[in-house]
Amino acid sequence: MNVLTYGQAEPVARRLRDLRGQAPQRSLDARALAALAANPGCRRRAVLDAAGVDKGAVAERLGHPAPFGQSPFAITRGNVFEARLKADGYAALLEPLRRLLGAPPEGAELAVPDLLPRSAPATRAERTAQALAEAAADPGRWTLLDHPMFRLTVAGSPAYLEPDAVVVHGGRCTVVEIKSFPIIDGSADPAKVGAAARQAAVYVLALQETAAGLAGTTADQSPYATDEFPGSPELSVLLVCPRDFTNRPTATAVDVRRELATTRRQLARLTGIEQLLDALPPGTSFDLAPDQAGSPTRPVAALTESVESVPAAYSPDCLSTCELGFHCRAQARCADAVEQLGRGVRGELGSLRTVTAALTAATSQGPQADSEAAARLAHAAALRAEALAANGADGAGR
Amino acid sequence: MTTGMTISPPSSPTNERPDENPGAAADSAVAAILAATVHPAPGAPRGVVVDSPPGAGKSTLVVRAARELVAGGEKLMIVAQTNSQVDDLVARLAEKGPDLTIGRLHAADSKPAAELSRYANVTAAPKVGDLLEQDVVISTAAKWQWVKTEARWRHAIVDEAYQMRSDALLAVAGLFERALFVGDPGQLDPFTVVGTDQWAGLSYDPSSSAVVTLLAHNPEIRPHRLPVSWRLPYSAAPLISAAFYPYTPFRSGTGPEDRRLTTSTAPDGSALDAAIDEAAEHGWALLELPARHTVRTDPQAVAATAATVHRLLTRGLTAHSEQGSTPLTADRIAVGTAHRDQAAAVRAALLKLGVPVDGSAGPAVTVDTANRLQGREYDVTVVLHPLSGRPDATAFHLETGRLCVLATRHRHACIVVARAGIPELLDEHPATEPVQLGVTMKFPDGWEANHAVLAQLNEHRVQLH
Amino acid sequence: MSLLATLARLEAVRSGHAEPLATVRHRHLSDRPMVLVPLAAAGEAGAPLAVLLGTERAAPRLHLVPQPLNRSQRFEFLAGFAAELVPYLESYGAEVEQIERTEKDPETGEKTQAFRELCADAPQLIVPNSGSVQHLALLGRSTRFRRTAEDPDPGPYPAPTRVPLLGRWLTHLTERAQVPGSSLLLPMTGLLARHWATGQSHLEDQHLGAQLAWHQPPFGIGGAELATRMETERDAAGQLLHPPAGPATDPAFDARVLAPAITRHDTALAALAALATAPGDQARLRVKQTAEELHAALLQVLLPTWQDVWRGLDLLRALPPAAHLAERWEGDRWSYTGHRDRLAAGEPPQPKQDDAVTAARKLAQREREQARLDVHEALDDPLAMAEHRLSGEAFAGVVTEVVPEYDTSGRSPKPRPLLVIRTTDRPHADQGRKVYRANHSSAQEAVIVGSDPAEGTVTVRVLNGMGRKKEPEPGSLPDPGERIVLTLFELTPRQSAPLPEPDDTPWTHGGPPGGSDRSPTATEEWE
Repeated sequence: MNVLTYGQAEPVARRLRDLRGQAPQRSLDARALAALAANPGCRRRAVLDAAGVDKGAVAERLGHPAPFGQSPFAITRGNVFEARLKADGYAALLEPLRRLLGAPPEGAELAVPDLLPRSAPATRAERTAQALAEAAADPGRWTLLDHPMFRLTVAGSPAYLEPDAVVVHGGRCTVVEIKSFPIIDGSADPAKVGAAARQAAVYVLALQETAAGLAGTTADQSPYATDEFPGSPELSVLLVCPRDFTNRPTATAVDVRRELATTRRQLARLTGIEQLLDALPPGTSFDLAPDQAGSPTRPVAALTESVESVPAAYSPDCLSTCELGFHCRAQARCADAVEQLGRGVRGELGSLRTVTAALTAATSQGPQADSEAAARLAHAAALRAEALAANGADGAGR
Repeated sequence: MTTGMTISPPSSPTNERPDENPGAAADSAVAAILAATVHPAPGAPRGVVVDSPPGAGKSTLVVRAARELVAGGEKLMIVAQTNSQVDDLVARLAEKGPDLTIGRLHAADSKPAAELSRYANVTAAPKVGDLLEQDVVISTAAKWQWVKTEARWRHAIVDEAYQMRSDALLAVAGLFERALFVGDPGQLDPFTVVGTDQWAGLSYDPSSSAVVTLLAHNPEIRPHRLPVSWRLPYSAAPLISAAFYPYTPFRSGTGPEDRRLTTSTAPDGSALDAAIDEAAEHGWALLELPARHTVRTDPQAVAATAATVHRLLTRGLTAHSEQGSTPLTADRIAVGTAHRDQAAAVRAALLKLGVPVDGSAGPAVTVDTANRLQGREYDVTVVLHPLSGRPDATAFHLETGRLCVLATRHRHACIVVARAGIPELLDEHPATEPVQLGVTMKFPDGWEANHAVLAQLNEHRVQLH
Repeated sequence: MSLLATLARLEAVRSGHAEPLATVRHRHLSDRPMVLVPLAAAGEAGAPLAVLLGTERAAPRLHLVPQPLNRSQRFEFLAGFAAELVPYLESYGAEVEQIERTEKDPETGEKTQAFRELCADAPQLIVPNSGSVQHLALLGRSTRFRRTAEDPDPGPYPAPTRVPLLGRWLTHLTERAQVPGSSLLLPMTGLLARHWATGQSHLEDQHLGAQLAWHQPPFGIGGAELATRMETERDAAGQLLHPPAGPATDPAFDARVLAPAITRHDTALAALAALATAPGDQARLRVKQTAEELHAALLQVLLPTWQDVWRGLDLLRALPPAAHLAERWEGDRWSYTGHRDRLAAGEPPQPKQDDAVTAARKLAQREREQARLDVHEALDDPLAMAEHRLSGEAFAGVVTEVVPEYDTSGRSPKPRPLLVIRTTDRPHADQGRKVYRANHSSAQEAVIVGSDPAEGTVTVRVLNGMGRKKEPEPGSLPDPGERIVLTLFELTPRQSAPLPEPDDTPWTHGGPPGGSDRSPTATEEWE
């Protein structure tokens, strides 16, 4: 399951590049990697993400633009909060760190090495690894790595990951994740905390690999193990958020072991991308072929055909997590698929996969493809008809 | 999944010291627990918590603690969670402690089990006032909540404490000064059907487990644990320990040769018999049906489950163990399912095969859901895998406790019936769980535990076409 | 989702319009509900942007915060909002009825008759969706501890008097909304989803406009297509034609309409301030204009949702009310009366967090009300009962035989007749299980003594509800040929067990709560 060991990474990377075409690669950041867990059964998403395709642009060309966006107010607020945290030698950040990590005591020096923020990612990653090694070598020292950069190989390509901050002390490090949603009376939106935990888990994984790499070995893959190399990360991260209705920070430790295990599994699955690529018909491409002005010239029909050639696993959750969600919904509706009603629906319907098949099973007496599911549906339909007839309510309220 | 078990720091697993006699390890653990319960040191915490893996002698411990407390001149109350748990415990206490007087407090509209009338030392009554003279008074948490706090005991034992909800403990804790809490942290969590998000992360979240609340408010309590499972065979303990108790490992009390299942008739060449032989030899078998998405009451899986039980009974199996050799009769077999309709379907299928399923009319196979099998023990279990045939995995079906209960009821062997395709189903399961701040994470993750169990089962796979 | 609900959704996919999930209306609707559509400022917890509210469909009133970062503007907004909402809430407090109750004297334990006031009616807030309920809860949390000029220590930023009062009301209403079956504060998406199935998923139903699209879609357009238009259709300027029902706004609206309008208004205000010594008419006019622009922009995004909520009310009002509505609404009236009394008694605002006992009490109440709601709905609505019949927890059938039998174990024989019921349902008819007769004039229990799935019959022995004589009272038993419904679940939910007083919180739960946590100080500020 080790994501760093690849035999023949080159051909895969080239095949993915071919799929993407001339467009610049959408680099896999931590948010994108964390999102892999949202629908791991979707081959379409796996291929497009691995190839670094701009799914939003594809969706727009297909006529179903993704309605995602961030309010300028939210962006401003997030930036203001982070800037506040880092002002005055990270004073606001130190207070919660002190409370949760024990120290550094008031007045003690916090080393903040220069991590060459303006350099190329590869250089930054090298510099971060070096800074991490130095910081971990002296257990007594407190070091804050501000926007460090870690390299993680994903499906044969390097991904560069940039956590908000990493604190190093006692030879170990802790990922700091800064978010602008509030913690009110000690609790926060569980969906947002979950997303933050998954994102932070990607950083922890990258740190595990980096620390193991510095030690000249590989990280332990068991979800219950904690690596003990110099610079190995804690399996809890620090989530720093505004407290209550103020702009003052509060921090809380979040255990990311479960998310770490999830991330590891998803990355391991991405290494199996080659099998998915093998299944693609020759000539498949997600290239939008933009003209000089950047407008796509690729015929919609050809693009649609390429997208359709990779099977999707649509569920309504996709509408809020994947740029292609609206396209896949339209497709699921066209195909009469029961998934358009939600993931949970299928559990009741056995092997009946279309709305028509399910409704036919509910109303007809003849032999059925899935007799048990059909019998249950027919029973349900009879009860429903009886209840509606009893009240003469069919059509009420229309 | 909002409640979580507390994670003790990883400690060296007992099975790393195979030279130590399991009996000795268990005895020293029990001795420490009894000492802390019966003769607490001055200033010691008011609670003693015991984490017990499946079949580690929890009930024996409860009986011993009760007898020693009474021997020391104390009266005590015992809280269990269900009426059948209470009845079981009363019977056990009455049998092992004929010198004890036992009060069985019951609700007006739920009479205790008829078997209890056999014991001269058991008095049943719906009013606690009629039982105050008894050495031990036992009831469910639900019934204890109605007892006024004017009645008070110095000692209490809370059994299956991890299945007790925090609010139930809140209602009964005024009845006692000190308590011994015994339970299995790996089994199913308590639950509620209404929204409780606003209390998530609070130490006293009323919907969380009583032990979680107790430990949060009494950090000086260090949970004891029972290190040896006397129920689970040598073939099961390492897997169950690693998959469900990664931070509190345990070992089996018996060795590889101590438990054997033998058949008196040769296999008939069917997949069912092959699965039975595999389970008899290795303790596990996976009877795998072809992959297909089905409704919950998958007729083929139900039929295969029932037919397996039928063959278990007709092949004349004998269970040999440290307790002697006994024929495998219907009452020593259980079928476990995730849902009640599945249990009903299996019962109907068994009846058609002439297998008794009604225990009130003589020895019968127990067919029930994981929730109701908690705390029970059989020689052989046949389990309809919670994820078999499902197009999607849900939190309910992935819940670690459910699989843990189903995979830990047997003394000899466990046969799992499932459709192929579960690993793929697990792989495609979205992992976007919300995270509540302040809630101790439920570990292990259902996904990891499911994979670990499947990996083991795969080595004992028999395909049914 | 149950199979019956799934089936209704499948039917809706095929028909292209919403299909009924109820034959009666299961929630109380006030004659004069307050419809309230709130908007939140993006990126900040519980920061209000605007609210459109009113009891008159034709006369919505808009309150807005021209600059969400400005504290005094926010206070002005809250004061205006409170001035509109609090009088409505308080208006139900005057008319009361006296309810006679048996109360126990805490000292002597003697039972005495006492009268308690119960408000004759209660207010009702209808919001678009559950996000709006959460937003109101946050508003309640952020305002109920505010200090006002009337406080002994008003602090640096005293709020208008009504602001903390608004916060306490909002806290009470949003807490009550957590109680199953309660109707003081209801989200329209939830109301519609309880009564109709659309041909889309629960997630998509969270968009009120898209959910309503499945009701009366215009001829030739299916619900799915109209719903998609509601979700995605934009004008030439990139603005949604049917903005989401909030509380969050569309980011494109924030970026292209709201942010520029706020900036223009800020600029106009700054210009006016710069001229403080000699304010010019031009500058004043500019401020007025930019304020009107903001007003118009927000009204435009709020009005479609306002109309949607009223349309939803129209649909719901067309359904006949369920039989048990008045009984449950009385619970809401007690809840309202209790809060009115706590305010009048000068009690402090609700604490930030419940103590252990309060949390357990609330959980018990919710579980009790959930059980009561399930029973009420099943009794009131054959479609709800059908859910239980499908799951084997109830069965309906025709009585084919009544066999008079007697219990002769006592001094006088008691009737214990057998009923044979023919049914096509498949109940979990284990022998010895109790069953309860639904929709009968008085409670009646029976026990299952046998079933024959092949014949489709279940035999039960009736245990009570037949009077005190040897022969059953006339009419107390069904006649052969009569159709009856029996449930395997109790029809009178159990009481909750008593809990200790907070001051008696046991050691297992940390002992009695400390005083400091219970009266939080109001040091928080929006920044």
